[in-house]
Amino acid sequence: MRFLVRRLGFLLIALWAALTLNFFIPRLMPGNPAESMMATFRGHVNPAALKALEVAFGVGGHQSLVSSYFQYLGNTLRGNLGISTSYFPLSVTSVIMKALPWSLGLVGLSTVIGFIIGTAVGAVAAWRRGGKLDSILPPTFIVISAFPYFWVGLLAIWLFAVTLKWFPILGGYSETATEQWSWPFVGDVLTHAVLPAFTIVITSIGGWILTMRNNMITVVAEDYVKMARAKGLKNQRILWQYAGRNAMLPSLTGFAMSLGFVISGAILVEYVFNYPGLGFLLLQAVQTEDYPLMQSLFLLITVAVLLAIFVSDIVTAVLDPRTRVRT
Amino acid sequence: MSEPILQVRDLMVEYATPSGPAQAVHGVNLELAQGEFLAIVGESGCGKSTLLFAIAQLLSYPASVVGGSVTFNGVDLRTLTDEQLRRYRWRDISVVMQSAMNALNPTLSIGAQLADACRAHTDWDDHRITQRSEEVLAMVSIDRVHLKSFPFQLSGGMRQRAMIAMALLLEPKLVIMDEPTSALDVVAQRSLMRQVEALRHELGFAVLFVTHDMSVVSHFSDRLAVMYAGEVVELDTTREVFDHPQHPYSQGLMEAFPSLLGESRQLTGIPGTPPALVDPPPGCLFAARCPYVMDICRTLRPELITKGNRAVRCHLVNPPESS
Amino acid sequence: MSRLRILGRRLAGAGRFLRRDKKAMVGSIILFILVVVAIFPSWFARDNPAAEIYKPGAGLSWSHVLGTTSFGQDVYSQLIYGARQSVFIALIVGAFCTVVSVAVGVTAAYSGGLVDDTLSLFTDVILVIPTFPLIIVITAYAKGASFWLIVAVLVFTGWSYGARQLRVQALSLRNRDYLLAAKARGEASWYVITVELIPPMTSLIVANFLSAALYAVLASAALQFIGLGNINTESWGTMLYWAQNNEALQTGLPLWALAPGVAIALLGSALALLNYAFDEVSNPALRPVSQKKMRKRMKKLEVVG
Repeated sequence: MRFLVRRLGFLLIALWAALTLNFFIPRLMPGNPAESMMATFRGHVNPAALKALEVAFGVGGHQSLVSSYFQYLGNTLRGNLGISTSYFPLSVTSVIMKALPWSLGLVGLSTVIGFIIGTAVGAVAAWRRGGKLDSILPPTFIVISAFPYFWVGLLAIWLFAVTLKWFPILGGYSETATEQWSWPFVGDVLTHAVLPAFTIVITSIGGWILTMRNNMITVVAEDYVKMARAKGLKNQRILWQYAGRNAMLPSLTGFAMSLGFVISGAILVEYVFNYPGLGFLLLQAVQTEDYPLMQSLFLLITVAVLLAIFVSDIVTAVLDPRTRVRT
Repeated sequence: MSEPILQVRDLMVEYATPSGPAQAVHGVNLELAQGEFLAIVGESGCGKSTLLFAIAQLLSYPASVVGGSVTFNGVDLRTLTDEQLRRYRWRDISVVMQSAMNALNPTLSIGAQLADACRAHTDWDDHRITQRSEEVLAMVSIDRVHLKSFPFQLSGGMRQRAMIAMALLLEPKLVIMDEPTSALDVVAQRSLMRQVEALRHELGFAVLFVTHDMSVVSHFSDRLAVMYAGEVVELDTTREVFDHPQHPYSQGLMEAFPSLLGESRQLTGIPGTPPALVDPPPGCLFAARCPYVMDICRTLRPELITKGNRAVRCHLVNPPESS
Repeated sequence: MSRLRILGRRLAGAGRFLRRDKKAMVGSIILFILVVVAIFPSWFARDNPAAEIYKPGAGLSWSHVLGTTSFGQDVYSQLIYGARQSVFIALIVGAFCTVVSVAVGVTAAYSGGLVDDTLSLFTDVILVIPTFPLIIVITAYAKGASFWLIVAVLVFTGWSYGARQLRVQALSLRNRDYLLAAKARGEASWYVITVELIPPMTSLIVANFLSAALYAVLASAALQFIGLGNINTESWGTMLYWAQNNEALQTGLPLWALAPGVAIALLGSALALLNYAFDEVSNPALRPVSQKKMRKRMKKLEVVG
């Protein structure tokens, strides 16, 4: 329990750091983008909307830096993220909400699938040391993991969509389809999701496989695995309950850290495929200089990562009794 | 005298190293009668643990058994498949390892690990498993509340005792112990040995015990084998080896231990280091360090010659012409 | 033995290691070739990469080995001249990241206590914040980043992983006897750190350098791809940017989009292979096992013995 509380505290500190970065970066860059943005808008929008922007941005013009900061913190924590300039007059929150399910579906599912398959393959590869799987996997995946995510996406598009025409090239769904809960639409969504998901899984799976394999190799050499063999336990049981269970613990910790890579990969994949998720939205926001949207997306992504880390901490606590009981 | 339960013949074990195979165990012959306590003694790296695990069929890369046989109750374990071997594991032969902290799965409770072994070999129901688990824990004076504990929650001595309890779960005929006392202090050592001895008398299992510290087994083992560089160099009843060591290495070992009751004398070690195992020298492996070395020792490897109860591998004791 | 001779021996050992391990061999050769191309691009390509003088959208031919772009530039020359940016960013960012992570990780491990706690907290927080979105945000505000801004941002986001790893290893070494002996001799802290503590961690430090370099290659390429780098320079990432914006894949100019990707993948693979090779040095258990060789040996001995 104490372990989880400590982790929660740490994650909150990280969140605070992200919020602070978000606030100070535009003010520190040359040209003070925050101010210049406000200047652009002053002439074009009605005073009420302008006020809303100021509040969201924390740019009050007449306030001190410190009080702007706290106002910004207050607003953000209350969910007031401001108004999007590229989707004006929609609020940032509503714009994000539209894109959120697409990312959750694509990225969330692909990551989980990649993690499960990758960890299982890595465990089996290490279990049969010296077997065929173990000798081709490491070099193959080392090389694949060095491929840029987005390039694999481009390759996939060129190969499967343009040349073989098996899958659509871009988008989350066809331009002619209407958004509704109907079978044709769902089917359409799924066909559009195959290539992006495939790209994400292919590029991230190597990491999971290699990490798990390396952990397993260390664990399999441990005495308690030898002991399990001495006890005459079935191989299956040894593999999963003795070796796998212990080898997965560092993988879980690593999961948290590699989330950063998965997120960046997902952003690029969405961009390459024009998939209407948060990553695509972020890059659009950059191109249209929609700073409120951009900032909020950064925050949201950070929160998602921190949450995922917390979940993996919970799973670790469940699997490893040493973290639960602290004398 | 009944049939020996364990017969080891010409066992050879090699380790794969970048510079070639290293001979860790070189032609070892052993016999163990039912209920007998045989201790194997030698310095670090002499191959005793390797020998033990080779007998228990627990070696893994880079070690591998390259020759010889291990016959348990008339069956050569080396000829069995993994599945057939499984049936002997724990029911007939169980293992106690050196460090209980490393030998117990840190993420499973003691009870779960005991139940594991039961479920793998019997069809007992949960109630019976718990009953038996509590029984064996009681044998080593561990309260049954610890069935729910995890290894890191027990003290070092308790963990070691828990391992012994686990080894006796299915009433095996042979318990193999790899330096189970090395991680304990002297007092805990003695207490553990006493417990093992009491259990042995009560349940009648044989013990194959490996240690680098002769004093630990001096009052408990029936016979004592001295190992050096992968070979058995001397074998006899414990008392005889202690009182009248014939091999120069065994003599050196005895000289290195002070006697509590005897007069104080100069302790002497054995100068030099063990030979390289990758390309071993042609003659006796102890020749480089032997105070009585003769010319023949450097060229001809001595055989292990048995006379009555005593077996010695030394040209001094068994001159080559008389063999 | 003099320090120079020890260094010489270590280098010889490294050389032997590289020759023996196939992965390291392949990785070093590729890396070496790419570095040469980066430093002397004019040896390999005649044309001016930026010159838009050729027939746009031409297919493969002897004078245009990889075709031309839709602006009429020679793809092959662009590829060759583009090496410089990617290779240099990799090496420079790698070097800076390594320096920072060694400084932070080793200091934290050596000092312990409050210093360690603070540095570790700082490291972990940076580690946890998603780096790519952060990089995007920073370069977006800068409206397209210069080379050095990209370097700065990549170093800021890339050092923390290495610092963590090095701290763990330094901690395990810190209490070794030879370090305590050095302290007992009265050696100054900085001496103990640089001369006694760091050398055994060399392979881990090199592995970290390589993985930081790899990170830099991929991240800078990604940044340039989405247009946040300097789109007027020659680099593989910007090639991809222009290719994507001109729908190279759909208009039958796939090589324009695929070739730079292959180049990035080559550089990345070289770094990744070397990185893995050094990982195996630090952890010998990971080295390849050949079951075939074992079985052959055992068969041979059973016949003989």
